[in-house]
Amino acid sequence: MSLLKVTIDNKTIEVEPGTTILQAARMIGPDVAPPAMCYYTKLKTSGGYCRTCLVKVSKGSEKDPRPMPKLVASCRTTVMDGMEVENFTSPEVVDARNGVVEFLLLNHPLDCPICDQAGECHLQDLSYENGKSKTRNEFERRTFEKIDIGDKIQLHMTRCILCYRCVKVADQFTPERVHGVINRGEVSEISTYIQHAVDNDFSGNMIDVCPVGALTDKTFRFKSRVWFLKPVDAHRNCDKCSGKTVLWKYGQEIYRITGRKDQWGEVEEFICNTCRFDKKAPSDWTEEGPRKLSRHSVISQGHYGTKTKFVASPVTLPNKQLS
Amino acid sequence: MSRKLLLANDHIPGIQSYEVYRSNGGYRSVEKALKTMSPDDVVEEVKKSGLRGRGGAGFPTGMKWSFLAKPEGVPRYLVCNADESEPGTFKDRYLMEHIPHILVEGMITSSFALGANTSYIYIRGEYFYVARIVEKAIAEAYANGWLGKNILGTGFNHDMYVQVGGGAYICGEETALLESLEGKRGNPRIKPPFPAIAGLYGCPTVVNNVETIAAVVPIVNDGGDEYAKIGIGRSTGTKLISASGNINKPGVYEIELGVPVEEFIFSDQYCGGIANGKRLKACVPGGSSVPILPDYLVCKTATGEDRLMTYESLSDGGFATGSMLGSGGFIVYDENQCIVRNTWNFSRFYHHESCGQCSPCREGTGWMERVLHRLEKGMGNMSDIDLLVEVAKKIEGNTICPLGDAAAWPVAAAVRHFRHEFEHHVLHPDKVKDPKHGHREPIMPVKPQPVTA
Repeated sequence: MSLLKVTIDNKTIEVEPGTTILQAARMIGPDVAPPAMCYYTKLKTSGGYCRTCLVKVSKGSEKDPRPMPKLVASCRTTVMDGMEVENFTSPEVVDARNGVVEFLLLNHPLDCPICDQAGECHLQDLSYENGKSKTRNEFERRTFEKIDIGDKIQLHMTRCILCYRCVKVADQFTPERVHGVINRGEVSEISTYIQHAVDNDFSGNMIDVCPVGALTDKTFRFKSRVWFLKPVDAHRNCDKCSGKTVLWKYGQEIYRITGRKDQWGEVEEFICNTCRFDKKAPSDWTEEGPRKLSRHSVISQGHYGTKTKFVASPVTLPNKQLS
Repeated sequence: MSRKLLLANDHIPGIQSYEVYRSNGGYRSVEKALKTMSPDDVVEEVKKSGLRGRGGAGFPTGMKWSFLAKPEGVPRYLVCNADESEPGTFKDRYLMEHIPHILVEGMITSSFALGANTSYIYIRGEYFYVARIVEKAIAEAYANGWLGKNILGTGFNHDMYVQVGGGAYICGEETALLESLEGKRGNPRIKPPFPAIAGLYGCPTVVNNVETIAAVVPIVNDGGDEYAKIGIGRSTGTKLISASGNINKPGVYEIELGVPVEEFIFSDQYCGGIANGKRLKACVPGGSSVPILPDYLVCKTATGEDRLMTYESLSDGGFATGSMLGSGGFIVYDENQCIVRNTWNFSRFYHHESCGQCSPCREGTGWMERVLHRLEKGMGNMSDIDLLVEVAKKIEGNTICPLGDAAAWPVAAAVRHFRHEFEHHVLHPDKVKDPKHGHREPIMPVKPQPVTA
């Protein structure tokens, strides 16, 4: 198979056929990678919903150089040979993305000060980069009751941005799907059938894939802010999963356990509920060393162990340069 | 008198039943196609006829059919989109209620052309009684050998099913319709792949509107060239128009494309003029999704030419001064109607019907509705008007399916042409508190003065 040449924000890379624009952009680096709220590499058919990864295709391909008429979702559009894509360099894209962020925040409660996800929330990062400082929405925001789905997971639908990631986890990683989306439009919600407990060995991964604070770990709720904790790579012998996790510690105490997330916020391997919820004693784990967090969000401020003192990863923002 | 193709036998009593329909020349197209033509011949006739999709987008049907992938050993499907839910459009209901057999006949002929052995008619949930009529017609067709195994001894097998939807506007979007037909939540799919490649159950599928499929019958009977003689330019044939609003004779009319809009509204043959001797204020020519036109742009285009009922003429001037033929939901407003209220009503519909899959439409439609509601109730302010335009612009084109566009266009167009009326609502909150304020103090569109350099 011959490689396809694609140019994103004037940077060219050769990728294999079938690669999406988003994947190609991530291969080039964070400077050109569009943000993604709903796309998740390990979940099939994810993506296309949130519209934050919209990009402009200014040249379709070598064969058909016409530009695409509308902005396209980069996570679901595969590259063609000779394609030219504008992301941060296109004012149209930046404008549309700002619009999408405004829409996502329209009904979001912005209760970051009391949200467990704060610090590692993709929506927080996204609104920091693209959002306005003040909302234009003067209406009451939609709210939902909190739901306990199982004894370990709490669903706070008010914060949800309907990325469908957790639904895909349920579809693809767990034997029986018991939750999905009910209702439609603005009031559609992730729910189980009459608060049926989500109970299977891998349900905890819903928490990891949730880009916002809608699905939270009940064993960790309100225990600590994430940036006070030390992330440590660790492993144990597990018969259900790889056992490779990150322990979030305060002193010697393990506050919570998550999967290992890469620089795009996606876990490297899904872990089982036993590792996640039940093994909180330090003796259960073999520690490998501190987990590097190469992210630009607020969590990096409390990053321990490395020599850097909040050197934000070189993120080029459309209209402001972080230093 | 305009020529009628679909509703020609509409007046015959009992045309709903098989016997009457058959004795008036029904099912001739099936006989002709199956016995004397090859599937490609039928596709060729449809291409020659210049028939364009009657569901709204106006995509050439023959071309759509020729895109259908034909891999070996994979079934193909024809799906009829009878999920007609656009506010202002009711032509398919009329057709299915009065002449259900023309749809069944068209389905068999079209399926033969596409090589589909199974076809589905997806009927909107609210049309449950129509579904019974169509089901009865299908049963009669089975009983008389037009459906089933080895139709007319030609070896062509075909089965037809009616599926009633749950009553969601979004299921009129073709991929959402297919999802719903598969028994899933009716969310639009992300395209590509298009249904012609991977549609129902992952197989190549053609989705066509009721009227499009019915139009195949006269095309096969009389030939594509004959059909193409009707109409003007690339708008060929006849079109059913659902006329409603403040007119003397609302109803479904079959027109030859190319009839002037002025004639359509004011002639006694069609709408019969504005009711109660009022003045024409505005017109939505193609169902609630298309931009509204103020009185001075309804009968004449911006360049002063007569506006005709064709795909091209109605969209003349782009969205700045034009609109679209859409699905033919022709809504006429007289001087007493409040455009802000109307826009709010449309917006409320799209808010209710948004599927909630992608964020701009899910959040934006609700926001627009609330802002419009506030304006209509006299509680808005001037910045709301620009906010509406901006929100509409952010939704348009950024969504998975065209529902986002359909929600944004009418709002943007209403502000474009009737800004003074929105301003009136902000400036005179006391006057607009009364829901019938349009009757007290009619506000007419203001024609922008040409800029002289």
